[in-house]
Amino acid sequence: MANIRAIRRRIRGVRSTAKITRAMEMIAASRMRRAQERGLAGRPYAEKIQQVIADLAALTEAGQALHPLLQRRPIKKIALVHITPDRGLCGGLTSSLNRTIASYILEQKVPVSVIAVGRKGCEFVRRCNMEMAAEFTHLGDRPGLMDTQPISHIVIDDYSRDVFDLVCLVYARFISTMVQRPCVQQLLPVEPASIPAAQKVEYIYEPRPDAVLGSLLPRFVEMEVYHAILESIASEQSARMVAMKNATDNANELIDGLTLLYNKARQEAITKELLDIAGGVEALA
Amino acid sequence: MPGIRLDIVTAERMVYSDDVDMVVAPGSEGQLGILPHHTPLMTALLPGELRIKRGGEELLLAITGGFLEVRPDKVVILADAAERAEEIDVSRAEAARKRAQERLTQQRELGIDGARAEASLRRSLARLKVAEMARRRKARR
Repeated sequence: MANIRAIRRRIRGVRSTAKITRAMEMIAASRMRRAQERGLAGRPYAEKIQQVIADLAALTEAGQALHPLLQRRPIKKIALVHITPDRGLCGGLTSSLNRTIASYILEQKVPVSVIAVGRKGCEFVRRCNMEMAAEFTHLGDRPGLMDTQPISHIVIDDYSRDVFDLVCLVYARFISTMVQRPCVQQLLPVEPASIPAAQKVEYIYEPRPDAVLGSLLPRFVEMEVYHAILESIASEQSARMVAMKNATDNANELIDGLTLLYNKARQEAITKELLDIAGGVEALA
Repeated sequence: MPGIRLDIVTAERMVYSDDVDMVVAPGSEGQLGILPHHTPLMTALLPGELRIKRGGEELLLAITGGFLEVRPDKVVILADAAERAEEIDVSRAEAARKRAQERLTQQRELGIDGARAEASLRRSLARLKVAEMARRRKARR
């Protein structure tokens, strides 16, 4: 029975696909956990540096020239750091990121240049003929701060040389395992958070406050970029995990349906054979 | 034990967190030792060795620059990278030192300001020095 055999082959095929998607789901789950942990590990550093910058910015604001990375200028050119996954199979994550950046660019009245991080974003930017200032791909699942520094250096250098007047990060914010939201976050100029006066401590600064601020700010920017990349990795992996879980569920449903069909066909064939035999016996008698 | 809380954090992880008796760090204006009840201070750190004294023992770390903050209740070190002496990869640091030195001499010949190469040279030297100090200390014991 050709039909029965075809169904059986189909079931076998779907089952092996389900096995693959199941494995991918589990890999994504463990990578997601790791990315989350790394994101959390950097949090004390980020909080500390933010606090110190707020402190220092308040101190130096009076009269002195602002540090170049704090300077607000009329916006003539914008740069977007577009952080996307290198690989696909992660549901609608890449396309929603690309949609976010495209609609953001369309809203702007000034030229926008893109620094693409991740293969998916690079391809999109190239396909749409957007202006691309730089591209970074294959950062891997576990980039260190060192790996992300070239990105921050480009941004810092170009901002201080007045090439860009506003730099934003576009990445998938990790909200929960089920929800990742694309967001546009301002990176430069740095907006120091204001801190309540009660928390202020009078420090001795060594060397002068503006010198300390000057060497802290680039680190802060590096930290922000690094953090955004970690977060987008966590988002990518969780999106992939969910997509793969859906795929596995669908495959199992398909297998159930096909098994039913297969059994029906088998039963039909047996009934037909029995009828044939019965008919043959009757004819002989 | 009346000590002072010390946290060493880098962007990637928390390196150290414990109560200590004294911290000696390579400040940008010179070596500085922090004892409990130090006045609030904020300073940049240079690449170098960080010594932590705790209950008669001394712990050595290499740091590659960063910041030190003294608050009334604790000391926080924001390090670009920090490694305990035993974690240092000596061969890697040695290779980095050679590379930086070569680049530096090349750039000198070309008349380029080799700030980045110089910084990386200093970082690798700090690592090597700490590793060497730890090795000698072990040998003495």
